[in-house]
Amino acid sequence: MNVQVDPDVLTAKDFATDQEVRWCPGCGDYAILKAVQKTLPELGVRPEKTVFVSGIGCAARFPYYMATYGFHTIHGRAPAVATGVKLANPDLDVWVVSGDGDALSIGGNHLLHVLRRNLNLQFLLFNNEVYGLTKGQYSPTSRLGQRTPSTPQGSVDSPVKACVLALGAGARFVARGIDIQAKPLSEVLKAAHRHKGASFVEIIQNCVVFNEDAFTDFTEKAVAADTQVHVVHGEPLIFGKEKNKGIHFNPKTLTLEVGTIGEDGFTEDDILVHDETNPVIAHMLAGMDLPTFPMAMGVIYQNPAPSYEGQVTDQMDAVKAKGKGDLDALLRSGKTWTIN
Amino acid sequence: MNLQAKANRRDEGSQASAVKADKESIVVRFAGDSGDGVQLLGGQFAQATALANNSLATFPDFPAEIRAPTGTTYGVSAFQINFGSRVIRTSGDQPDVLVALNPAALKVNVGDLRRGGVIILDTGSFTARNLTKAGWEMDPRASDALSDFRVIEIDISQHTLEVTKPIGVTQKEALRSKNMWALGLIYWMYARDPESTVVFLNTKFGADSAIAQSNVAALKAGHAYGETVELSGDLTPTHMPAVAFEPGEYRLVSGAEALSWGLLAGCQLAGLEMTFCSYPITPSSPLLHILARLKQFGVTTFQAEDEIAAACSALGASYAGNMGITASSGPGIALKTEAIGLGISTELPLIVVNTQRAGPSTGMPTKTEQSDLFLSVWGRNADAPMPVLAARSPGDCFEVGIEAVRLATKYMTPVTLLSDGYIANAAEPWLIPSMSDYKAFPVTHRSDPDDFHPFVRNDETLARPWVKPGTPGLEHRIGGIEKAYDSGNISYEPENHQKMTDVRAAKIHGIANDIPDQSVELGSEKGKLVVVGWGSTYGPIRRAVSNMRDQGLDVSHVHIRHICPLPSNLGDLLRGYGKVLVAEMNNGQMLTLLKSQYLVDADGLLKVSGQPLTIRETEEAIRTRA
Repeated sequence: MNVQVDPDVLTAKDFATDQEVRWCPGCGDYAILKAVQKTLPELGVRPEKTVFVSGIGCAARFPYYMATYGFHTIHGRAPAVATGVKLANPDLDVWVVSGDGDALSIGGNHLLHVLRRNLNLQFLLFNNEVYGLTKGQYSPTSRLGQRTPSTPQGSVDSPVKACVLALGAGARFVARGIDIQAKPLSEVLKAAHRHKGASFVEIIQNCVVFNEDAFTDFTEKAVAADTQVHVVHGEPLIFGKEKNKGIHFNPKTLTLEVGTIGEDGFTEDDILVHDETNPVIAHMLAGMDLPTFPMAMGVIYQNPAPSYEGQVTDQMDAVKAKGKGDLDALLRSGKTWTIN
Repeated sequence: MNLQAKANRRDEGSQASAVKADKESIVVRFAGDSGDGVQLLGGQFAQATALANNSLATFPDFPAEIRAPTGTTYGVSAFQINFGSRVIRTSGDQPDVLVALNPAALKVNVGDLRRGGVIILDTGSFTARNLTKAGWEMDPRASDALSDFRVIEIDISQHTLEVTKPIGVTQKEALRSKNMWALGLIYWMYARDPESTVVFLNTKFGADSAIAQSNVAALKAGHAYGETVELSGDLTPTHMPAVAFEPGEYRLVSGAEALSWGLLAGCQLAGLEMTFCSYPITPSSPLLHILARLKQFGVTTFQAEDEIAAACSALGASYAGNMGITASSGPGIALKTEAIGLGISTELPLIVVNTQRAGPSTGMPTKTEQSDLFLSVWGRNADAPMPVLAARSPGDCFEVGIEAVRLATKYMTPVTLLSDGYIANAAEPWLIPSMSDYKAFPVTHRSDPDDFHPFVRNDETLARPWVKPGTPGLEHRIGGIEKAYDSGNISYEPENHQKMTDVRAAKIHGIANDIPDQSVELGSEKGKLVVVGWGSTYGPIRRAVSNMRDQGLDVSHVHIRHICPLPSNLGDLLRGYGKVLVAEMNNGQMLTLLKSQYLVDADGLLKVSGQPLTIRETEEAIRTRA
């Protein structure tokens, strides 16, 4: 039987280029690439309308492997370039791919402003807590004490929490995924794409050469259920292998706590129900860290607001509605005089 | 004194008693505290002068601070205008008349006044406190500090207070109109009709408002004062005859306006929408303000978070198929160099406007200079050539704006357009062009997917195709890493890098076949001496060369617009002169470029003081060499 393939229905293959992928074997970026290539056709997006913009770093090589439009720019500046792309053509579907050094060190300022302005695009931050491409220096997300070529006695830098920073910048969509957890990652990517506005996604990514196993304390299969909480809007924040642990908000201390159902009078009713539109909850969830708390995964915050380029277009349209410009008339506006 | 009745007869009176100016041009400088409205005063006088068909050039000279403490010398703001009955090309070496609205203004500016020149000062502001603040050890009126000049003392402050009292504004508000009183007097002095300013004030503030009324009252009172008070011994109203301008419709235009409109005109001729991205910086900000109000032309403006974001977002806009333009001044351009390099490597159109100011580093933000030539021609990492153009006057910015768009889009390259603080802020009469005067250069974004490779070049221009994202079948990736010659895929291959370096250089070099030969502004193609300039030194060099030629000296003037690539005939042209003198407002940048390109033994008149080149110093430099 001949299976008619609908030329308009695309598959992951249609989003992959013929370029040989050059990331190190075992790099988390492969998994993310696969997830993105699988998710885009499921979203029904068109390659010609899709643009990947990246800065510099291992993560930033991403556009070369996507059969869409792509612009590999300069270190830290991808959000600024992406802003120009969206201003010139708001209809383009723009994804920014950036590593932790690119986005939070040199690019911190541009990240702040692209989120603050709420450009309608997806910002994927591949966080491997190290500078991979330049051979292993510490990054703004590296843990205190991390020994690297530039910090042989251990880093004395306090790291920044990417999702907390994004919320502080005014982001309206903040989510977290893990490179090897393909299904939840795909769900997060879809939600990010659906959200109209700047969608910030932190993807925990393993650098197999310079920071191997930095995240095993919560990504390893044996511990994952007890060290991750998958947040879902409207659902209680329950986690754990037995699904008997929960996040509780203590109104006396104004902090979150972890409780086990059945212990010390802790019941299901004590468990906080996730409200993705609540910025206070979002800040607290984004700030949760091991060993006391599980890592929050999924859509932590989603509270849409008008996009920057949408408002720019509205202002432009309002002016244009009053009449198109006539340059000859403009040159003659104000006071002129004629010599005969 | 019935000032009102006299004022009503003012037109007939001043015109009738006016004598024809005994010189072809007069230079007046207004100066006062930053809060005194000197720029408004000067701008109004310039407009009225233009309407009277005099040729003119202006030079606003403001302090860097927004409002320095009142009465200090660093808070002095000045406006100079040179107007005449012949073609005026400079704002004048030295003022003939200085209107000083406070002691600090006198202190700062008296040194420039021509010997025998006139000082009109506001005695009301010459208090002991103000004199001390201005650094006068002794009241200059009591010493011989002003013995070289004709001093006219008028209590402008008091007169303004008196005439505005019935309107009921506060003393502070009333004194803000003293600039209008001074303007009224100057209008009388030069037989001008104050009506254009009355209309301006009533339109700006609303005819019924107290502010309009006090300003108009002050203006009329100043004018009437000239009429009625026995000043004729000191000042006879002077009538400056009109210039025989080429027929057409004229307006006053500043460099910032002409540049904004020229870039827009270029975009229209190319069939492109403009995305203008910049960051506030003196003296470039006016471009952003002007373009922000032109949305009806489809112009998008974006105030970026910093200079780098401004360049990157402009580049992103060009990547998406618009004409991306960014603008700044020295320190901001320095920040943009990496982004410009990305534009050169990815071969995208981008216009970088540099309104130069005194440097290095923060330098003197409100003072003019032309010291970013090196930065423009060479200031990127590695071998990264790009075209560089320079405007020579406010009106010329229109033409150069169009040319920048033409080159950027035809050759798929970033282009630098050099202006400077003087050009941006100065105004001159401008014969208004029509868009039908210009040949369109429509841009085609490629849409044919067959046999497409992003870096296959046009045989003639060596430019690669411009593809708009959104176009089906042409999906491709570009970036700043070295790429293979035709395919554009990343390549580290040694021979390829040499080939790409050579073709990038050849592309820019080839532009020399697409620009006019270097012409001679004044003089001949061979001779004893040529003065070479670029940018805003056009006016003083032209006037100086003209004056010296009138005295029989063999000197010519060549003024360069295309700095990179230089016109193909320029080397031969320079070799036709016995001596080459480069006059510029930097420490020898064009001088160095010409010497290195043509091995010509040139020398320089190099002025790096934050002030425009003067006619006199150019004449002196010519005399010692011709």
